[in-house]
Amino acid sequence: MAKSEAEILEGLAAIVAEETGLDAAEVQSAKSFTDDLDIDSLSMMTIVTLAEEEFDVRIPDEDVKDLVTVGDAVKYIEGAQS
Amino acid sequence: MSTLSIKRGPEFSRIMGLGVSRGENAVPNEDIIGPIDSSDEWIRKMTGIATRARANADTSVIDMSEIAAREAIAKAGLDTGDIDAVILSTITYPHMTPGGAPVLADRLGATPAAAWDISAACAGYCYGIGQADALVRSGSARHVLVVGAEKMSDFIDPSDRSISYLLGDAAGAVVVGPSDTAGIGPTIWGSDGSGAQLIRQTASWLEVRDGTAEFPTLFQEGPSVFKWASFKMAPIALEAIEAAGVTPDDITAFIPHQANTRIIDQMVKQIGLPDSVAVGRDIVDSGNTSAASIPLATERLYRDGAVKAGDLALQIGFGAGLVYAAQVVVLP
Repeated sequence: MAKSEAEILEGLAAIVAEETGLDAAEVQSAKSFTDDLDIDSLSMMTIVTLAEEEFDVRIPDEDVKDLVTVGDAVKYIEGAQS
Repeated sequence: MSTLSIKRGPEFSRIMGLGVSRGENAVPNEDIIGPIDSSDEWIRKMTGIATRARANADTSVIDMSEIAAREAIAKAGLDTGDIDAVILSTITYPHMTPGGAPVLADRLGATPAAAWDISAACAGYCYGIGQADALVRSGSARHVLVVGAEKMSDFIDPSDRSISYLLGDAAGAVVVGPSDTAGIGPTIWGSDGSGAQLIRQTASWLEVRDGTAEFPTLFQEGPSVFKWASFKMAPIALEAIEAAGVTPDDITAFIPHQANTRIIDQMVKQIGLPDSVAVGRDIVDSGNTSAASIPLATERLYRDGAVKAGDLALQIGFGAGLVYAAQVVVLP
């Protein structure tokens, strides 16, 4: 069953927290993965892979560069679910 | 109609001896960061590498292979004349033909051993072990020399931020021969050519000939390779463990291709290896030496006292192709 935007944000925040050690509460929609959360390209691929598994979606490597903010990723996953 | 005779080999094979040769120079990050506008801190964070082995300009793939091979043959308790097949895995021997293996065999005094090169990049050593195991057990060869050797520094671009700064020069060799007990588990291997562009040389020789491209160097789509290696290779490693009839708890050492410590760390996590398993991390000092990296990391584990003869090691190679191979082996 498709997850809501809020559910996706919560799940994604947990994945980011697990990968980076950040507090999940810091993982907010407006935050930039690179500039605000200090996530490098390899950690980003780990987060993407875990998100693919968690939300049962496919995020092609070439699309990852477009996921600038947490909100971008949430929207992408929401769209990819349907 | 006549019936053909066939050869039959021993039931089992094993690795009998190991030898290595690293490029003469340990090149620190400080020496290569200028052209890539980077830092020692960034390279260590992204790759784990502190130095990479780089060979002198006049040292060849064959030179390093010969040193490693002689050590492996001596440690196996054999003479070079006992070798009846030579497999050289390399992507940096600078001749399309003849292959490097016959030249190496001749240098060693192993002529007329069967000799050929394999191009399986960073999976080449494990491909070679798989071939050697099959050759011995089929009776096609008794003592197979498997060499992974690369002079990557001949094919790098100092300004390339994708892969060149990772690469090192080295050779690793083993002898595979007959055994009374199983010394090499089943090889789990495969390829995915749909990812051929992820790790590649930057131009074909024809483009160089036609003047439309510079001398080719190596390039990789780093994040995509990281994702593939970190997450797709763990199931292959687990399959190799299962095929060998053992469990992760039986493994003393995990010796993956030394591509990047971040990949190694993620693989350990994905495979679910217990903390008791020693993990090969020779990349820190030797860099990514492609086909040579697994024997190098194995040698390092011996030197660090982390493994001994008779221990089980899970080894997995993966790289340009895309290709991969894994097996559990008994260490010599």
